[in-house]
Amino acid sequence: MPSLKDLKNRIESVKSTRKITKAMQMVAAAKLRRAQEAAEAARPYADKLADVVNGLAASVADSPTAPKLLTGTGSDQTHLLVVMTSERGLCGGFNSSIVKIARYRAEKLIGEGKTVKILTVGKKGREQLRRDLGEHLVSHVDLSEVKRVSYENAADISKQVLEMYEAGEFDIATIFYNRFESVISQVPTPRQIIPAEVPEDAESNTLYDYEPSEEAILADLLPRAVTTQIFTALLENGASEQGARMTAMDNATRNAGDMIDRLTIEYNRSRQAAITKELIEIISGAEAL
Amino acid sequence: MPETMQFDLVSPERKLASGQVRAVQIPGADGDMTAMPDHAPTITTLRPGILVTEGAEGATRYVVTGGFADITPEATSVLAERAYGADAEGRAALEAILAETHDKAASLSGPEKDAMNKVADDLARTIDTIG
Repeated sequence: MPSLKDLKNRIESVKSTRKITKAMQMVAAAKLRRAQEAAEAARPYADKLADVVNGLAASVADSPTAPKLLTGTGSDQTHLLVVMTSERGLCGGFNSSIVKIARYRAEKLIGEGKTVKILTVGKKGREQLRRDLGEHLVSHVDLSEVKRVSYENAADISKQVLEMYEAGEFDIATIFYNRFESVISQVPTPRQIIPAEVPEDAESNTLYDYEPSEEAILADLLPRAVTTQIFTALLENGASEQGARMTAMDNATRNAGDMIDRLTIEYNRSRQAAITKELIEIISGAEAL
Repeated sequence: MPETMQFDLVSPERKLASGQVRAVQIPGADGDMTAMPDHAPTITTLRPGILVTEGAEGATRYVVTGGFADITPEATSVLAERAYGADAEGRAALEAILAETHDKAASLSGPEKDAMNKVADDLARTIDTIG
């Protein structure tokens, strides 16, 4: 049975933990709002770009001069998995859920005899993947110094990916991130970025004039589309991370509250027991006289 | 022929303008062009320059640093790499980009260097135009 002093210390310690989780929850809530706004603001550009790319892709997909970014290399031997996770922990199952689908995909591909290369964004995913897929990690992007994800961050990642593609280091690239659905629901999502995925029903119903030329436009447009997809994923991931952290910290705060209640009851009972015991001793002593 | 068309100016990080306009003057890679309602469908890349829209409240000027424009008979969408209002803030941002471009040009060679220098020239000219 813990002494009264122990119990008291314990309650104090849980109380300060609760203060910390409460503060983290509020910080996450504020950051979530900002992250959501950023994701919202980036949507028109991404949508428009996807429209244009789909229209263009449908019209040139069959031509032999179509760029490699659109048609692929003609092989699917080497896969690049871009796993996007957070730089910080304490956000519930956020990182584990991404790592889980990425690991599942990697193991499936390895089982099929394919070569798997993994590029990690954010250190939490790297730590988790290093354990059993360590030899497949080819590169890492550190965003721990970045306070607010900007288009330049996405451009850096996409430059690295595109350079690898140009050098023939992989055939298919897929990004893994958490799609933000709501504060309590983030969906881990794989999305193929190279070669560009064009929906089946996309068709070019208008004949466009191209300035300077179709090839020049596609050469400019496709890398931009890759960057934009990465940027969208980063933003969604950012919002998801804050959402997950907020929920996790809310749970932690509530648990701490429950624990404090339980400990307080135990403390009061022990105190009462000690008083009763003392009384009994005094009364018995007095009676014995 | 309709009087106006839908116009959207978006950059990766935000939407700058959206509304009905009578005409848009676009700094295309092959030269300036003006898009009006019922323009033939065109996709063009942009060079750094000034983009002017003529809407109900008169002309509005923006600066763009590149990207492309998607013109259809009903609407014009400009997807700029970076875009600002043509004011002191835009000017400051452009000057920073110009310095960056000079640095990049210095580290390149051959046709890439020429292309980068052309971008720098366009940027410098745009800054002069803002005044």
